[in-house]
Amino acid sequence: MLSVQDTNTPVTFSPELLSKFADVVSRYPEGKQKSALLPILHLVQAEFGWVSAPAMDKVAEYLSIQPIEVYEVASFYTMYFLKPQGKYMLEVCRTGPCEIVGATPIMEHIEKTLGVKEGDVTPDGLFSWRGVECLAACGYGPVLQIGPEYTFYENLTTESVDKLISDLKGKANN
Amino acid sequence: MARKLLLEHINVPGINTFDVYRSKGGYAAVEKALKTLTPDEVVEEVKKSGLRGRGGAGFPTGMKWSFLAKPEGVARYLVCNADESEPGTFKDRYLMTYIPHLLIEGMIVASFALGAKTSFIYVRGEMMPQIRILEKAIAEAKAKGFLGKNILGSGYDLELYVQPGGGAYICGEETALLESLEGKRGNPRIKPPFPAIAGLYGCPTVVNNVESIAAVVPIINEGGDEYAKVGIGRSTGTKLISAGGNLKKPGVYEIDLGLPVEEFLYSDEYCGGIANGKRLKAVVAGGSSVPILPANLFMKTINGEGRLMSYESLADGGFVSGTMMGSGGFIAYDEDQCIVRNTWNFARFYHHESCGQCSPCREGTGWMEKVLHRLEYGHGKMSDMDLLVDVSKKIEGNTICPLGDAAAWPVASAIRHFRDEFEWHVTHPHEATTRNFGLAHYADPLPKLEEAAS
Repeated sequence: MLSVQDTNTPVTFSPELLSKFADVVSRYPEGKQKSALLPILHLVQAEFGWVSAPAMDKVAEYLSIQPIEVYEVASFYTMYFLKPQGKYMLEVCRTGPCEIVGATPIMEHIEKTLGVKEGDVTPDGLFSWRGVECLAACGYGPVLQIGPEYTFYENLTTESVDKLISDLKGKANN
Repeated sequence: MARKLLLEHINVPGINTFDVYRSKGGYAAVEKALKTLTPDEVVEEVKKSGLRGRGGAGFPTGMKWSFLAKPEGVARYLVCNADESEPGTFKDRYLMTYIPHLLIEGMIVASFALGAKTSFIYVRGEMMPQIRILEKAIAEAKAKGFLGKNILGSGYDLELYVQPGGGAYICGEETALLESLEGKRGNPRIKPPFPAIAGLYGCPTVVNNVESIAAVVPIINEGGDEYAKVGIGRSTGTKLISAGGNLKKPGVYEIDLGLPVEEFLYSDEYCGGIANGKRLKAVVAGGSSVPILPANLFMKTINGEGRLMSYESLADGGFVSGTMMGSGGFIAYDEDQCIVRNTWNFARFYHHESCGQCSPCREGTGWMEKVLHRLEYGHGKMSDMDLLVDVSKKIEGNTICPLGDAAAWPVASAIRHFRDEFEWHVTHPHEATTRNFGLAHYADPLPKLEEAAS
């Protein structure tokens, strides 16, 4: 069960971020700015790595809606992280078509390689992983994705996963 | 080789850009519609084409359009459903990735037909790369005067926006999608009123699948009657099939509706047969929600006729011995696959994705997942199969939206056709955790009707 995790870290939205918010809001008719909620939560997560309670409160204030309207949406959809994650969150598709071409061995391999359970963060803060439901790439399975760009890695093997993890480590250390 | 109506130019380098797409005859449908046709004439062409919704339900698109209420002074909306997430289906991702302008072109024509001044493409949030591709394509089209004010001097204005989802299968249901687009949880609405009367922001709205919208382009270019000549019977036109699972050549294929399933599955032009020299055990023909069929029943109907890839032929035999075209999410299972495990996997999916509004679905999907889990892991009971069927019957038809049915059908059909495999999991609990039941008789030819009767 997801829950809204409180934190005392104050949140500030940069002018760049606020201008992206404004761009989104401009798409909808007058008074329908709540439509911007999902896109704005994606922007917040891309900026901070997760969606904290203070950030949600600020989003509510920005959209002139109640905080609960933001919490209930953020906790309904699976893409929003309500607690901090690793810098790279490996999301492996675990549904039928990927499963029959080997999603489970890939997840077991990732768990062993990273040394953390599903949903936990590696001590260096770089990685976390989880199984997710169908990513609509069933012909290229097993697949995984990494936010916030949601880059896709297809036809995974244990070797390609090893390479991906070491590439990401190299990228993070540079 | 059949003519392609949607993917004809998919391999042309740079077809994802406006200029190359235009040089291949792109945006001709916009010119034709806006300069020579009235909105009602566009609707009429789509009606004549016989196009049926490509998202899964198969409802005639032209008829859906003609239901749209048109009260004076009230905005109307077209929303494209690109929340592709039915397990087995990945055709919309393919289309948006490689030929985004086809969708943009279809959106302009369809919006014109419906009188929408603002239209949305609701793309599942995980498809951020596709969202960026579409936004770029929209900017290109706008710069060339195909979007915005007074398109091609016709006096018609249209703004087109891409809206990301947040990760929820249920938002593929059209009213849940509209709730989500309004910035709410994706809880399906009670119908009526249907979106055609009260949809986005309470205004008349049409929601169409990506492929349905794209199909409007060849329909307008060639005329509805010409489009209807492709295909078979009431299954007109071409269909994108997402082929996955244990196939030699998984991928997205555009087929003429009516193609024999044997040709689709085994010819080199399409799937090329089963991977690694294995034999076919079972097929899910239209996405995880449709009934799973054993190989023999999939290849031939109970009357011994070779099945075709069409709405009618796949449904031949009803739920007793047939299945559905659904979204065209085609999953092939080889002899090494375990039907119990697959059914559990799908049940977990539906439990995870149930929005929780209706008790039969919220609770029932959870029960099915639990019972299937214990069957898969060697703790099942002989009574579990009847229990599963009982639970599935109590979900089916008792929920606001079709997710309940979609969760019930795969379980009920798996037990109907593969009951001996489920029973084997109960009688051989230890073996069942180390090896699979195998192919058994599922690929054997069906007995002739008279033999079966005697």
